[in-house]
Amino acid sequence: MTTTALAGRAGAARTTFLSRLRRGDEVAYLLTFAFALVVLLITAAFFWQLYAQSPIVWDRFGTRFLYDTAWDPVAEQFGAAPFIFGTLVTSFLALLLAVPLGVGVAIFLTELAPRRVSEATALLVDLLAAVPSVIYGLIAIAVLVPFMRTTVQPALAATGLPFLGGPAYGVGYLTASLVLTFMIVPFIVSVSREVLMAVPREQREAALALGSTTWETTWRIVLPFARLGIVGAVFLALGRALGETMAVTMVIGNRPEIGHSLLGPGYSMAAVIANEFTEATSDVHLQALIAVGFVLFVMTMIINAVARALILVTTRSARS
Amino acid sequence: MSAAPPTTTPVMLSGAMRAAERGLAAPPATAVKIDVRGMHFYYGAAHVLDDITLTVRANQVTALIGPSGCGKSTFLRSLNRMNDIIPGARAEGRIRIDGQDIYDPSVDVVDLRRRVGMVFQKSNPFPKSIFDNVAYGLRVNGLVSSRAELAGRVEESLRQAAIWDEVKDRLQASALALSGGQQQRLCIARALAVRPEVLLMDEPASALDPIATQRIEELIYDLKTAYTIVIVTHNMQQAARVSDFTGFFWLGKLIEFNRTDRIFTAPGEKLTEDYVTGRFG
Amino acid sequence: MASAEARRMRRRVANAAMLGLTAAATVLTVSVLFFILGYLVYQGGSSVSLSFFTELPKPVGEAGGGMANAIVGSGKLLLIATLTGVPIGFLAGVYVAEFASPVPAFVLRYATDLLNGVPSIVVGIFVYALIVLPMKQFSTVAGGVALGIIMIPIALRSTEEYLRSVPKSLREASLALGASRATTIVRVIVPAASGGIVTALMLNLARVAGETAPLLFTALNNRFWSRGWLDPTASLPVMIFTYAIAPYPDWHRQAWAAGLVLLGLVLVTNIGARWLLARRRRAGA
Repeated sequence: MTTTALAGRAGAARTTFLSRLRRGDEVAYLLTFAFALVVLLITAAFFWQLYAQSPIVWDRFGTRFLYDTAWDPVAEQFGAAPFIFGTLVTSFLALLLAVPLGVGVAIFLTELAPRRVSEATALLVDLLAAVPSVIYGLIAIAVLVPFMRTTVQPALAATGLPFLGGPAYGVGYLTASLVLTFMIVPFIVSVSREVLMAVPREQREAALALGSTTWETTWRIVLPFARLGIVGAVFLALGRALGETMAVTMVIGNRPEIGHSLLGPGYSMAAVIANEFTEATSDVHLQALIAVGFVLFVMTMIINAVARALILVTTRSARS
Repeated sequence: MSAAPPTTTPVMLSGAMRAAERGLAAPPATAVKIDVRGMHFYYGAAHVLDDITLTVRANQVTALIGPSGCGKSTFLRSLNRMNDIIPGARAEGRIRIDGQDIYDPSVDVVDLRRRVGMVFQKSNPFPKSIFDNVAYGLRVNGLVSSRAELAGRVEESLRQAAIWDEVKDRLQASALALSGGQQQRLCIARALAVRPEVLLMDEPASALDPIATQRIEELIYDLKTAYTIVIVTHNMQQAARVSDFTGFFWLGKLIEFNRTDRIFTAPGEKLTEDYVTGRFG
Repeated sequence: MASAEARRMRRRVANAAMLGLTAAATVLTVSVLFFILGYLVYQGGSSVSLSFFTELPKPVGEAGGGMANAIVGSGKLLLIATLTGVPIGFLAGVYVAEFASPVPAFVLRYATDLLNGVPSIVVGIFVYALIVLPMKQFSTVAGGVALGIIMIPIALRSTEEYLRSVPKSLREASLALGASRATTIVRVIVPAASGGIVTALMLNLARVAGETAPLLFTALNNRFWSRGWLDPTASLPVMIFTYAIAPYPDWHRQAWAAGLVLLGLVLVTNIGARWLLARRRRAGA
């Protein structure tokens, strides 16, 4: 009996099904396998449900749904373009601001700062990542919006640059982008840190031994080495930004049109779902919102898949 | 160099043979390049190097031998202050290069590291082309003023490292495509490109096969005329083959430091004799 | 060699400048955390009173009242979330770590990453279609399940990670004594990994406690106590949202208090979990 017990899984294959059942191995296997299947089922169900629950929309509008700009529940005209536009504009603008900021912080923490400082600070950045979205929104409404309305937006409008005109609402694309920026920075910092720390020590030492300054080592050797991983981090952050709901909903201004000024109000996919779902006036309206959700879902899936692939490539190559 | 296979003769004999082959009984007394007095080193609370005193002479090869883990690499890395990047590392005592204390606050560490180059145990070429690897130090330190000059310096360094003929037709190829021995010679070329005065080598051939090792050893012997070389090795025969002076480290202390032929034929300390005759280590 | 001196100076200045710039970025980022915390204390500190914790919301327009139902509601939602999401994530994690061959393991990890990347509001839509529509009502159960689904990926990944980190020698010692794989898993491996799994659970809960979007059309909201599990329920995050965008100053005041309470709980849980993790790491666990 002892010899069969020694062999673990390989041994289990050699013993009888009944004895395995008695010992509980088979039960454990089947039980955990069942739950693993549940996870797969849920994932598959997502695709199915979101698509299947909005038949009227796809029948009536087809792919026009994606670029129609009219969102009129009363007239039952639904086009998702304003929301796709708003989501993309706020996310990309946030990325533009958050990536230099986040990568800069990551560089400071991994390359330049003394160890004690960097560990304590990394903890604080992680805590920042834990702040719920609705609280960002709360602070944004109370602090950022008035500040934008009274100071920033008038100043920007005065420059006369394109896309920066119009009255100062306080809310709008720019405000939402700013909130989004601070929400995704901690995320970029933590993933970038991981990627930077995966760069082998010997590479840095080789550069230093040749008479490089710390910054030259970082800029010429470490960052290029970690390039792909950081791009992956950026994609992951983009995926997060696309789906960010509460904070954006609270400050974007809720206008279902494609705005012509960053200072003006707009809408995002997540925001319109959050605002209108429980107030949907008709079946079509509800299904249109679900369809918007489906589009958002697909977009984030694709972005996240690209991101994961990039990060996988980096961590694999650094290990080899 | 020699036709006699080094590993079959006893260490002491091969050391004497080497000295005889080179036609000198003793290395010429050149100027003192590196002067270490009463050096102690700590990693946090651990006292890793205890009262090290030795002199490295210019244009000679100085080997540091001893069992692994006894501080040789730590000592080597102190000479170009690479240990600075390790948190909790602390050096005391005096290390002077060309008469200047390298731990003096006024010393520019970046410049020190250009003047005191280093080749690491495991070759670590950058994931760039062969050319860009060698050119890195030149570009970063601003040592050349034209593309032509850069190409000239790169070629000069690759020749000095005895690898030019093997790579001259594929300078733009990735450095990672080279074999282990070639990568290490590339790293040597990269280090030589910035024209250091001292070259520190931390077990440069330990990861290489015997043929590649022999080429590196020949290279070290040839480089001696232009550079001061300090090499850490756990291979006694290698130390006997290439070096003029040898220091024997044991448990963080420098047990003995003398001309190589003396260390291997007539060591002063019993511990040294036990080590070089293979009684332990 | 004046130009060499100049060049060295420039490099030193550039080095210092980049150090300064990245340090400034770090200070800016960290100060956001302190600003948020500080501002919440400033605005909501005085409103976090006994009545906040014990009273129900007053009718619209009337001042006063509290969020007792929201606090209890959040508790109920988290309970359901833990009961649904954690077993699934945990057992599936055991499968991946202990039984799965490379291909199923890869598929599961990929699916988990997929699930993790789903925006939480989309999870809400999914649960709406799955539970709310058939039941024809919003309910605590629906909200809890939505949060549970969000918990699955992290529960699975952390379980797998901590199980894998248990040293092989422990595993082999148990098997060598004649124990079955199931017994080894239950009595040796899981207990050894339990510390890490529990702290990961704490972090998971803290994250889900602040989720608002998935609750908006599953658990909805409730100005009164929710009876049992089939009624819609108030929750802290949803109350914050509702009150923050409303035009009543008294509601704003209460939103601040709720925000402070929520953030306080989230941060305390986070710090506690990380402290536990650090302690285990130091003890060499």
